[in-house]
Amino acid sequence: MTRIKELSLPSRIESVEDAAAAAEKAARDWSYGDEYLSAIDLAVRESVANAVKHGNKFAESKMVEITFTDTEDGFEVSVRDYGEGFSIDDVPDPTDPQNLLKNTGRGILFMRSFMDEVGWSSNPDGGMTVKMLKRR
Amino acid sequence: MADINISERQAGDVTILDLNGKVTIGEGSVALRNAIRRLLGEGKNKILLNLAGVGYIDSSGIGELVSSFTAVNKEGGTLKLLKLTQKIQDLLAITKLLTVFDVYDEEADALKSFS
Repeated sequence: MTRIKELSLPSRIESVEDAAAAAEKAARDWSYGDEYLSAIDLAVRESVANAVKHGNKFAESKMVEITFTDTEDGFEVSVRDYGEGFSIDDVPDPTDPQNLLKNTGRGILFMRSFMDEVGWSSNPDGGMTVKMLKRR
Repeated sequence: MADINISERQAGDVTILDLNGKVTIGEGSVALRNAIRRLLGEGKNKILLNLAGVGYIDSSGIGELVSSFTAVNKEGGTLKLLKLTQKIQDLLAITKLLTVFDVYDEEADALKSFS
């Protein structure tokens, strides 16, 4: 049986903590162990921060829509913003020596390192959705 | 309630900042930035960040460590890290920043390295 939890949060920094708390509750309710919680927590924090900062650019009228789904494959996280969109190919590699001392740009690297699948799609009515899966 | 508590102590000409809490987007990162700026303004440019009490750090927090490192270097100083938790060590490894920072497990060894 697929279980789903949805929430919609305003585009402010405080929403990162709210999203992480909701993710932890969902993961615990669905019996995911501590080894999953840490990865899910990090991925949710980074993806929601990106949606707030880079996607919606802190425009409080633009919401961040988050869905947690307990699937056969594992814990799925979907984060949707209403920004202008971007191409993942344009995101610099933070581990490239020329980027090592930059103070930003590591969120996507963390998401990819701790979740088993990460993918982005554009929405027909604007913005981007990132979908991540932590396999059972 | 602040995400992070930063206390300061002196060991010779090295300033040790003991961090407790979370270094994350928002308050935590800003608090670290302000502490480093203040120390540099006071002419204290040998800085040891004790991260033993940092329970959580995100990419913004890692970015703030990098900013602090470059800011201190720019002032002709040195910033080093002490007592990384396994999680922070893993994050610095993933970001290839373990090659950038000097990291120590023991305070005495860290302090000696500033000489």
